[in-house]
Amino acid sequence: MIPFQYTKANNVADAVRLIAATSGAKFIAGGTNLLDLMKDNVERPTTLIDISRLPLGSVEETASGGLRIGALVPNSDLAWHPLIEKRYPLVASAILAGASQQLRNMASTGGNLVQRTRCAYFYDTATACNKRQPGSGCSAVNGINRGHAILGASTSCIATHPSDMCVALAALDATVHVTGSNGARAIPFADFHRLPGDTPHIDTNLGPDEIITAVEVPAKGFATNYSYLKIRDRMSYAFALVSVAAALELKDGTIQEARLALGGVAHKPWRDPAAEAALRGQAAEEASFARAADLLLRDARPQTHNGFKVDLARRAIIRTLTQAAHGTPQSQSNKTIQ
Amino acid sequence: MQDRAVQSDAEPQPLPEKVSVTLTVKGTERRFSVLPWVSLLDALRDHLDLTGTKKGCDHGQCGACTVLVDGRRINSCLTLAVMRDGAHVTTIEGLAANGALDPLQQAFIDHDAFQCGYCTPGQICSGVGLIAEGRAKTPDEIREFMSGNICRCGAYPNIVAAIQQAMGTRP
Repeated sequence: MIPFQYTKANNVADAVRLIAATSGAKFIAGGTNLLDLMKDNVERPTTLIDISRLPLGSVEETASGGLRIGALVPNSDLAWHPLIEKRYPLVASAILAGASQQLRNMASTGGNLVQRTRCAYFYDTATACNKRQPGSGCSAVNGINRGHAILGASTSCIATHPSDMCVALAALDATVHVTGSNGARAIPFADFHRLPGDTPHIDTNLGPDEIITAVEVPAKGFATNYSYLKIRDRMSYAFALVSVAAALELKDGTIQEARLALGGVAHKPWRDPAAEAALRGQAAEEASFARAADLLLRDARPQTHNGFKVDLARRAIIRTLTQAAHGTPQSQSNKTIQ
Repeated sequence: MQDRAVQSDAEPQPLPEKVSVTLTVKGTERRFSVLPWVSLLDALRDHLDLTGTKKGCDHGQCGACTVLVDGRRINSCLTLAVMRDGAHVTTIEGLAANGALDPLQQAFIDHDAFQCGYCTPGQICSGVGLIAEGRAKTPDEIREFMSGNICRCGAYPNIVAAIQQAMGTRP
């Protein structure tokens, strides 16, 4: 790890002032991804601003019936928070599908949003990577790209976003609250992460002097008909090849509203309004789910080694929607796929 | 090929100074000074001479460095000592009380839950954390919530049995 300065922020305003005034500085909260990247010299901050003791660690009910989740709530605490378990089990299930308990105990809600891709070329400073060093090229396009994107990629970058929690938050239309030099603003979840385009080094629309203060989930939690299914190379503690968050509102077997978000397939949690619209008013049965899957995957462009992801995603979408419709969500402890 | 040279992205700054850190380990306050980039793992091993906690991958993937900080299990390789100032840290050296092994330490012996032993301090600290969480009960759940601890010797069935014994659920 390179030498760096270390300082603690005393409050949110202090954190914003420090990040704006310090060239090359980064915030550190849980540190699980940042320190890992620093050990590999991928991240090379001049200064770490420790925000881990800021008062952003609570989960509060909002006036509109949702929840405001402080940016420093650890992933493990969030997954096991009584209100999340009861009203937003999709979020709980997605969190428990990711990482290990030790990492979830450290990783923060805000940090989960801004974690970097696990593309092996991004991690390997001996290779070209437009995300790590803009303009140097993408080693994955012609490299080993079994784990890479099939949707929304560009010729500059085919990396995927690694989060599970974010897939659930995307499905639920969460909002990201941030504060910067110009004050506070709210970013709809769909607008928080970016597609790579020709600027893959910019993962999110968070400003350079902004700090995430909270993530808000709206009142509608789809706690009855939901499922989070994660397909990976081993049963636990691995990143998704494909993951699906599905949530349905049903009336007499007919879909009133559907939410569908995919992980492991794109540079951001992937939602497709057309696929969700196509489910509305349809019978909650396999034929409807298959049509939605085909719609969502209509523009899928697999890489050399991940053609299997298109079929896998299609089947995972159908299975996850079926689980949601039956009220039999995927268990993250017993991985048998029902 | 990109230059492998290690350098920061901005102009050079004065070298950082050591920071004073106080940890409570084995019931005793230990005060020491470290540079900011020293991990909690390295601080325990190199500054406090507590070498029971092992360095495996040093990237949070193997779990050998698992310790309990303020009662919660974490990977000590992925946190900075300076960030843990004032914390209570329990390592494998601090589990036995009044000369008696922790029930999970005894269970690991009873079930022969290790071979080479390198992952064992992390496995036991992780298992103590798991039992304190009170969530994992069934063998499937124990396996899932112990997935952050890798055992190269493959002692997994005996590790699960040991944890079941310590939590009193072994039939």
